[in-house]
Amino acid sequence: MSEEIILDINNLRTSFFDDDGEIKAVDGVSFKLPKGKTLGVVGESGSGKSITALSILRLIDSKGKIVDGSINFKGKDLTKLSTKQIQHIRGNEISMIFQEPMTSLNPVYTIGQQIRETLKVHEGIGKEKGNKRAVELLQLVGIPSPEARLKQYPHELSGGMRQRVMIAMALACKPDLLIADEPTTALDVTIQAQILELINDLQDNLGMSVIMITHDLGVVAETCDYVAVMYGGKVVEYQDVISLFKNPRHPYTVGLLNSIPRHDIDVEDLEPIRGSVPSPKNMPKGCHFAPRCPFATDLCNAEMPSLDHLGDDSDVRCWIYSDRWDGDPEVNVVDQKTTS
Amino acid sequence: MFQFIVRRLLQLIPVLLGVTILVFSLMHLTPGNPAHIIAGESAPADTIKQIEERLGLNDPIPVQYFNFLKDAIMLDFGNSWRTSLEVSEELWPKFWVTFELAVYSTIFSIFIGLIAGIISAVRQYSFSDVSIMLVALFGLSMPNFWLGLMLMQWFAINLGWVPATGWGTPQQVVLPVITLGTMGAAVVARMTRSSMLDVISQDYIRTARAKGLKESIVIYRHALKNALIPVVTVVGLQFGSLLAGAVLTESVFAINGMGKLVIDRILARDFPVVQAAVLVIAVVFVFVNLLVDISYKFLNKRIDLD
Ligand SMILES: Nc1ncnc2c1ncn2[C@@H]1O[C@H](COP(=O)(O)OP(=O)(O)O)[C@@H](O)[C@H]1O
Ligand SMILES: [Mg+2]
Repeated sequence: MSEEIILDINNLRTSFFDDDGEIKAVDGVSFKLPKGKTLGVVGESGSGKSITALSILRLIDSKGKIVDGSINFKGKDLTKLSTKQIQHIRGNEISMIFQEPMTSLNPVYTIGQQIRETLKVHEGIGKEKGNKRAVELLQLVGIPSPEARLKQYPHELSGGMRQRVMIAMALACKPDLLIADEPTTALDVTIQAQILELINDLQDNLGMSVIMITHDLGVVAETCDYVAVMYGGKVVEYQDVISLFKNPRHPYTVGLLNSIPRHDIDVEDLEPIRGSVPSPKNMPKGCHFAPRCPFATDLCNAEMPSLDHLGDDSDVRCWIYSDRWDGDPEVNVVDQKTTS
Repeated sequence: MFQFIVRRLLQLIPVLLGVTILVFSLMHLTPGNPAHIIAGESAPADTIKQIEERLGLNDPIPVQYFNFLKDAIMLDFGNSWRTSLEVSEELWPKFWVTFELAVYSTIFSIFIGLIAGIISAVRQYSFSDVSIMLVALFGLSMPNFWLGLMLMQWFAINLGWVPATGWGTPQQVVLPVITLGTMGAAVVARMTRSSMLDVISQDYIRTARAKGLKESIVIYRHALKNALIPVVTVVGLQFGSLLAGAVLTESVFAINGMGKLVIDRILARDFPVVQAAVLVIAVVFVFVNLLVDISYKFLNKRIDLD
C-alpha cells in the first residue's frame, strides 16, 4: 500500500468483565484504512464488529475495557489519549453513526438543537450561525424543507430521515473518518439503497475515509474499497474488495460469499454456513472457525493460526496457507460443496 | 395547550361535586347531633330546637346539600357553627401554614431525591450508591410521626439546635419539613435512580458521547431530562400522600394548620368549616395534577395533550 494510512489498528483486544470473568469480544483485531477509502468490516452478528468500532472512539461501557493493542489515527494512539483529548476527536475528527436510527436521536430535543450542539462544542458556533449551518447540512444529506425540520422532534421523522439527520450531525464538523455501524440494517430495502448512495456520494465529495460495518456482502460490493472479514473477535481475512470477491482465501469468506443470494444462481444452491457463531464465553481452543470449517484438521482444532501476509495486499488467518498445513495440499477453498 | 387547560378545568366540576357529596354524606351520617354539641350536653330542648331550626338541620339532607351548593358556587361557605366567624376567615391562615409546609416539603423531596438518585445512578453499585439506597429504604419504611418524634428528640430536646414545636421562623420550619419530606425524597431518589439507569443505557446517550460532549453534559442535558419524565408523575402522586402526612406532622410539631383545624372541627361537628376545608384540599390536589401534566408536556414532546 503506497497510500497514506489514516487508521491503523494493531492487535486490538477489548474485553468485558463480569462475575463470570473475561468475555473477549474483540480478540486481536488488526487492519489498516488508507486515507479517503472505505473499509468494509463484515461478519456474522456477534463477531465483534460493533465493539471494534466503539473501541476506536473509546465508547465501550464501563464493564468493557481495551486490554491490549493500539489504534493509530493520524499519528496518535487513540488508546493512550486522555478523556479530554478523545472527546475532542469524537464527532470532530471521527464521527459515528449507528444501526438504530429510531433510537439514536434524543427524543426531547429538536433536530436543530441536536445538530447545533455538535457545532457548538467543537467549533464554538452560536445559535444563529449554527442554524444556518444545520440547514446546509440537512440539505447536504437530502432532507426536504430543512428549515422546517430544524424545529421538529425526532418522533416526527421516519427512520430513513432520522438516519439522514444522524449523518448530517456526524458530518457537521467535517470529520476525517466516518464509522457507520450497520447504518441501513434497520431500514427498508429502498431506503437502504438511498442511504448507502448518500454515504458514497458524501465520501467522494468530502474526501472522508469510511469504515462501513455490515453483515451484508452486497453492501460491501457496492460501497467498499477494502474488506476486513471478522469471525469470533478476530480478523480472518483482509483484502481489497475486487480480490476478495474474485479470490477469497479464508473458508469463512467463501462461506459468506456462497450465502449471498445472486441472480445467476438458483436459490436451492444457496449455501448458508452450517452451525452458528460460538459465544465469546466458549470459544474453540484452536481456530475459532474450525468447528464449522469443512477443511478443518487436527492442527486447526489445536492451534489458532496467525494473520499472515499473503502476497500484496491480502492477509489471511488460516492454516491452509502456511507451511505447517497438515491437510490436502491441493485443497481449493472455493470448492466447498464436494467436501462438506 | 390552552384548550387542554380549559378542558382540565371543566373536569374539575364533576370531581368537586363528588367530593362535596361524599363529605356531606359522611358528616351527616356520623352519629352525634351538631346542635347538641354546639349548645352543650345539658342545654334545654328549646335551645336545641332553635339551633336546629337556624342551621336548617331539620330539612331533608338533599335540601341541605343544595342549599350548601348554592352558596358554595358563590364562594360563600357561611359562618362557622362553632366560632361564628366567616369560614374563609377561619380557613385562610391555617391553609397558608399547611400550604407552606407542603410546598417546602415537596421542594425538599425533589431536591434531595434528585441529587441522591443521580449520584446513585451515575455511580451504580459504588459505596455511595449502596449507602444512598439504604438510607432511602429507611426513609420509605419509617412512619412519618416516628421520624418526627426522633428528630424532635435529638435536634430539639437533646441538642437544642431548633425549637421543638411551632411554625413560622426558619428554625421552626426545618424539622417538620424533613419529617414530611423524607418519604417523598426516598421515593424520588429510587425513581430517579432507576429511571436514570434506564436512560443511560439508551442509544441516544451513546450518540451524545459520540458527539464529543463532556460526561457532565451527557448526564445533565441528555440523560436527566428524559429520566425526569417518570419522576414527575411520582412527585404528583406523592403530593396526595403529602397532604395526608401533613396532618400527622402538624400534630407532632403542634403546628396550627389545616390538619389540626379539620380534626378539631370534625369532632365539633362544625360542618361548614370541614366542608370548605376538604373542598380546598381537593381543588389544590387537582391543580397539582394539572401542573404535573403540563410539565409532562414540556418534558416529553411525544405526548400530545390535545
Ligand atoms: N456490554 C457487553 N457486555 C458483555 N458482552 C458484550 C457486550 N457487548 C458485546 N458483548 C459481546 O461481544 C461480542 C461481540 O459483540 P458485537 O461487537 O456487538 O458484535 P457484532 O457487532 O459483530 O454483531 C458478542 O458476542 C457479545 O456477546
Ligand atoms: Mg453490531
